[in-house]
Amino acid sequence: MAVFADRYPEEARVVRLALASAFLALFLGGLMGPIQALHRTGYVQFLDDSTYYTVLTLHGVALALLFTIFFLVGFFHWAVTDSLDRNAESTRFSLLWYGMMVLGAAMSAVTILAGFVGQVDMSADVLFTFYAPLQAHPLFYAGLAVFLIGTWLAGVDWFRSWYHWKQAHPGERTPLRTFMVLTTMLMWYLATAGVAIAVVFFLLPWSLGLIGSVNPLLTRTLFWFFGHPVVYFWLMPVYMLWYVILPKLAGGRLFSDPLARIVFVLFLVLSVPTGIHHQYLDPGIAEGFKFLAMTNTMFLLLPSLLTAFTVVASIEHGARQRGGEGYLGWLGALPWRNPTFTGLALAGLMFAAAGFSGMVNAAMNLNYVVHNTLWVVGHFHLTVGTAVALSFMAATYWFLPLLTGREIFSERMGLAQVLLWFVGMVMMSNAMHRAGMAGVPRRTADPTYDIAFESGMGTISELRLQIALGGVILTLSLALFFANLLISWFDVGETRAATGETLPPALSGPEHAPAVLENLRLWTAIAIVLVLLTYVLPLAAIVDGSGLLGNIDRAVPMLLDLGRIALEVVA
Amino acid sequence: MEIHRYERLWFAAALVLIVAFIATVVYGAVGAGVEMIDDDGGTIDPDNWQDHEVYDEGIGVFAANDSDADYEVKMVAQHPAFSPGTVTVPENSTVRFYITSLDVIHGYDVAGTNINSMIIPGQISEFTAEFDETGEYLVVCNEYCGPNHHNMEGSIQVVPESEWNPDDALVGGDA
Repeated sequence: MAVFADRYPEEARVVRLALASAFLALFLGGLMGPIQALHRTGYVQFLDDSTYYTVLTLHGVALALLFTIFFLVGFFHWAVTDSLDRNAESTRFSLLWYGMMVLGAAMSAVTILAGFVGQVDMSADVLFTFYAPLQAHPLFYAGLAVFLIGTWLAGVDWFRSWYHWKQAHPGERTPLRTFMVLTTMLMWYLATAGVAIAVVFFLLPWSLGLIGSVNPLLTRTLFWFFGHPVVYFWLMPVYMLWYVILPKLAGGRLFSDPLARIVFVLFLVLSVPTGIHHQYLDPGIAEGFKFLAMTNTMFLLLPSLLTAFTVVASIEHGARQRGGEGYLGWLGALPWRNPTFTGLALAGLMFAAAGFSGMVNAAMNLNYVVHNTLWVVGHFHLTVGTAVALSFMAATYWFLPLLTGREIFSERMGLAQVLLWFVGMVMMSNAMHRAGMAGVPRRTADPTYDIAFESGMGTISELRLQIALGGVILTLSLALFFANLLISWFDVGETRAATGETLPPALSGPEHAPAVLENLRLWTAIAIVLVLLTYVLPLAAIVDGSGLLGNIDRAVPMLLDLGRIALEVVA
Repeated sequence: MEIHRYERLWFAAALVLIVAFIATVVYGAVGAGVEMIDDDGGTIDPDNWQDHEVYDEGIGVFAANDSDADYEVKMVAQHPAFSPGTVTVPENSTVRFYITSLDVIHGYDVAGTNINSMIIPGQISEFTAEFDETGEYLVVCNEYCGPNHHNMEGSIQVVPESEWNPDDALVGGDA
């Protein structure tokens, strides 16, 4: 079979564009990583402490929003086209949503990067969460809105393809990959409603001076309405990789197609009514609402636990197809030299560890010990920083050849890269968790105070060393990734032509799934009802307490001074 | 739909685990009495915070007038300081905190303990803590609040009852 790029050259071009944007964001955001790891541990501080927050804003926005989302829209565009075996309805429409995402990202980035050109009065030093009354330049909020609309239109593109496919294939089950994309996008439409309302109705008009005040608890609650489900937006493409690609690479096939569909439906239904678990420590929200969010969050463990079973079972099946035997001996029969397999498997292993620290975060009473400490940073470097980022990088070694028609430059280099990421992240994340238990705060430039932290396990200076060392190893890994990527992409290393691939059907196929799983309207309706049950009362109480626009008439503009960074770097 | 026997067992075990997690948190809240921060503190107008009944005596450490707590701490947060920054209380005392923010969102975290609260403008954070061990506790602001966020710190001094002098410790004042 011909590779994807030959069968669907127009679609492959859109995917390549999305990936190029993703990797640019990865480069920019990744470059900020070691600066922070070395600065906050005190080893190398060539920036002012106050400039640290600029670097942190770039790191968060570029990696958590831009790298992840640009990669996944590219991946989804491939998944829908390939699994429906059908051209996108209009390449111009695909380029439109891609263009809007680029425009929005550029608008927000300009406010962050404006300091480079001198005396431009712009500001966006508000971090990834942009909590009011910290205020950014209007262009920052407008850019976010344009970017979001771009992602919404991308979803429209895929729903259109599906609609036309259904016309041509009446009565057939939606192919698994398209089903995963559609459930993910339905979740995304629901989740982004919160941040869209916060940005369009409150933060943007407020930054333009059209309204005088905001209610900080209201905009914060609307942010977290989006802020938790966004992690599933990053994660669900990874689940697709684990369900669809990993079993194939292991030499087998997915254990159960219906169970994979159930997992995605559970994510659609349960992802959004959980955001208040980021606000356990907020005044102004009654305990009952927090408890409800916690219950939903705990039940959200279910799809992840089911995934752990299905994915491991599928890998074991593959290993036994390859001649693996014994209770654990089959592990040796897996293709550990393949960087995509090893990267995805290690990412899954780290995600299991992240699940355990996430259970601590989710428990209302334990959360008091770790909330807003470095523990949380350790946690999400295992989730978005490894389960997602490492999976995306590892998948690139498999995915890029389908888009360029040429194999990756060096599999051994890729293997070294994923192993280095694993080692670096084990060191950094473990030390961050432990430092967090001692109370070391997150988002803090130089956390040294008049009174020293007391760590129960290891000294604080030992933990600092591990964080710095882990950060350096991760940077090395990133450098290897980019070297391999650029050589492969631009064909500098004269790589072999890629062979086409087909994905094997599941052991238990879609025909075993109950028909009700296809009823996306039903699942969306249930998701909306759950969101209303969880959010209407707390939002009403917040508005009742301080008013829709609150009583906070102050704005605290956050000046971003990258010009100063440039000078400091030169000096 | 065919579900493998192992899948069914795993599904059941996962549900048991989830219900058990929720049960332990309920026990922690009800049985062990971990009090959660909620909407008890009420709302406040940051521009006229001194008019609010919580702050009618100003900020500082005060003797409590009820049986639930021995002392009350009334505090405001404003980038990059807590006022008062240092709080002194005797050991084995129960202290109720009232904290609000006059500018942006802050955090009040007593390092290495479970005393931890967000401080949001327009809202008063109310929580109660018991201090059983003497010593000097570090307080950090754990939410990014501006260019000097890393300098926003405070302390809680828990002194032996023999060294406790209410005349020195119970002070109010203006922010």
